[in-house]
Amino acid sequence: MIESVLPNPGLVEVTVNGKTVLARPDATILEVCRAENVDIPTMCFLETLSPFNSCRLCVVEVTGSRTLVPSCSRTVDRGMEITTESERIANTRQTLYEMYASTVDLSLADADTQRWMAKYDVSPDRFGHYEAHREVKVQDDLYIRDYDKCVMCYRCVAACGPDAQNTFAIDVAGRGLFATISTEFDVVLPDSACVYCGNCIGVCPTGALMFKSEFDMREAGTWDENRQTITTTICSFCGVGCNLDLHVQDNRVVKVTSPIDHEVTDGHLCIKGRFGYAYLQSEDP
Amino acid sequence: MPESSWSGAEERVPTDDHVAYGGFHGAASRRHLLLPVLHAVQDSIGWVSHGALNYVSKRIPVAPAEAYGVATFYDLITTEHMPARVARVCDDVVCKAGDGNKLISDLEAELGPENTANGESMWVRSACLGHCEKGTVAFIQRAGEQALTIAPATADEIAAVLRGDSVTTNTPPVPAPFFTALTKAHTMGAAAVRNEVVASGIRGRGGAAFPVGVKWNGVANAPGDTKYVVCNADESEPGTFKDRWLIEQNPFALIEGIAIAAFAVGASKAYIYIRGEYREAEDLLASALEVAGSDLDVDIEIRRGAGAYICGEETALFNSIEGFRGQPRQKPPFPTQSGLFGSPTLINNVETLAAIPGIVTDRGAAFAQIGTEESTGLKLFCVSGNVGNPGVYHVEFGVTTRELINLAGGANGEIQAVLTGGAAGSFLTETQLDVPLTFEDGRDSGISLGSGAIIVFNTDVDMMEITHRIAEFFAHESCGLCVPCRVGTTRQLDIVGRMREGSDTQTDRRDLDNIGWVMRDASICGLGHTASNAVESAIRIGLIGSDA
Repeated sequence: MIESVLPNPGLVEVTVNGKTVLARPDATILEVCRAENVDIPTMCFLETLSPFNSCRLCVVEVTGSRTLVPSCSRTVDRGMEITTESERIANTRQTLYEMYASTVDLSLADADTQRWMAKYDVSPDRFGHYEAHREVKVQDDLYIRDYDKCVMCYRCVAACGPDAQNTFAIDVAGRGLFATISTEFDVVLPDSACVYCGNCIGVCPTGALMFKSEFDMREAGTWDENRQTITTTICSFCGVGCNLDLHVQDNRVVKVTSPIDHEVTDGHLCIKGRFGYAYLQSEDP
Repeated sequence: MPESSWSGAEERVPTDDHVAYGGFHGAASRRHLLLPVLHAVQDSIGWVSHGALNYVSKRIPVAPAEAYGVATFYDLITTEHMPARVARVCDDVVCKAGDGNKLISDLEAELGPENTANGESMWVRSACLGHCEKGTVAFIQRAGEQALTIAPATADEIAAVLRGDSVTTNTPPVPAPFFTALTKAHTMGAAAVRNEVVASGIRGRGGAAFPVGVKWNGVANAPGDTKYVVCNADESEPGTFKDRWLIEQNPFALIEGIAIAAFAVGASKAYIYIRGEYREAEDLLASALEVAGSDLDVDIEIRRGAGAYICGEETALFNSIEGFRGQPRQKPPFPTQSGLFGSPTLINNVETLAAIPGIVTDRGAAFAQIGTEESTGLKLFCVSGNVGNPGVYHVEFGVTTRELINLAGGANGEIQAVLTGGAAGSFLTETQLDVPLTFEDGRDSGISLGSGAIIVFNTDVDMMEITHRIAEFFAHESCGLCVPCRVGTTRQLDIVGRMREGSDTQTDRRDLDNIGWVMRDASICGLGHTASNAVESAIRIGLIGSDA
């Protein structure tokens, strides 16, 4: 991030929407812009994972570049001139959201996505209304996978694989619009390499991956985030010291997350921290 | 089995197979063998079963989910049980202009509907198989036997192979090579060779037309001890067959070009990535390499693609060799800095590399004398479709499309449309037929030279059907990584489909225009950038739509 506004030989000068900014030479355009409070939409990008370049919502104009440039993965160059809002960019982002909306159910997409869709005047049905048609994969008591809501951002694959858990239980299978996230031969999760760390749920932006507890409550119509409180605590299962955010509704833990900026976890947990809370509310002592 | 540094689900080892050992570092060193091994399984049993995939995963080692992701990426690798013999029959644009549609209906009459197992055989429609000069073509995969190509193909011949009749194939004898240019290159020294390539002014023949000398110097000067040369022989652009032809004519020109390139940039390992349907050309190359191998300082290895157009994109090709899904990488970094296995990599097309021995022998200046100032040398053009003598034409840069068509025996019937550059190219207007086919004229007048495909359609061809087939091609070949291309190619197909049914609305036209713009401006690679060219040009010049 930007350390200082003073001239510094280690920093490079770039302009963001006409304003001169100093940046670390290994900083991405997105980092620089967000540090300047410039609003840039993202879907596949997450600070704790390597950029995957899938959503293309973060594209910006860079003077001299023939095509738009993904800001999440491009590092700055000395003298780079960056433009983050223009008709060209707004039109692209609008169309990209409309493309998403025609292929996936965005009803549970995160709040930022909802905000950006309003900002870019998105007509979700422009390319046809998406009808959810896939069966929700409920294969255990811990979490569900609803690929009607999957935007193929690859975050879960990265979190399961090299960027966090190194379990590699899931990857992308197939090609084109038929590509989907899958275990090998689509075997059920208990038969796969999955270790139930739940880090895929933690990074999913659209509710395609969800705690079974949340899924059941939504099905029953009892899920109500307005009635939930979040209690931050430290996991007591081992000595690592992971922060846990316990999401509590009606005095019961309904979901566990970890803050993405927590230095120990980067938002990731293991099966014990993520799912090992049942004993707190066991009805059969 | 290698020592483990990773043990996903280790506790279940005794009870299931969904585990791979070796960890990140161990796995990384052998991961590049994944696709060749999947090919071996596919070739021997006709598909990759669950048990086979798990076994492969353990032995490589690679996580089974990742191996499955790779296997399902490619058309020629199947993870569902398949009959022992599968014929892939081209119904792409060039075949459609000729007897392709007739062949398809003959097959339907003789063998029943496509994609339906009939005992131990099945046939399916396929994208262009790169034998466009021969009229019709089928590529037949046979479990336990060598896959083969029949071109021209009739329904009877295809049916006979599908029944299991034996086929005699002639592998032509390979002559002894004379590597005089390579010897000369060694005496000149690496820097002098690169200077000759710069002086020749040669631009890449694969489609992007990048100055070759700049690329060579980029790799030679890039920091790093390990460098690679990669020959892109994944020729999959519909209507393009020059690379296959070149290999068939003279595999040694390519091998010598690669050896010179490796010497000039300081690489000791080279790969030839050849499309999976070019088995005959691959065999020929393999025999030639066997003959030539001991004369070379560079280790040249053939890697076979597996049916994915996107793998012709340079970074997708690297991922494919490395054993990952053949998806492109975001550039920069460019291959000259970080390419195959993260090392500086020189990647050139077959035609480019095959031209190198001549440049070394005759000097770059002589090469630069041929053609025009910006487009030097000779160029291979693939003229196909409704012309008298479809084939590869080796001509000096500067000829016009009309001259090339005349060279190829003239059009059969009245010309309705000409497509240059293949599916990624665009349809020409009448006046564009007289524009010289050079990089500079192409750029100025919006003609895509691409890989050198020139496809002629006469007035008997249904251009709506052709345009629809191109839209279908891109929807099928999009890798699915980035949203503009993953969704855009399918939405484009939806709209072209509606136009084919007679609907042509202002909204659809506007949407098509917008989809094309977003794909061109925001996609990660050249596939998305060019996926709307043909459709847009077909509408613009009135080949399809209500003004057609």
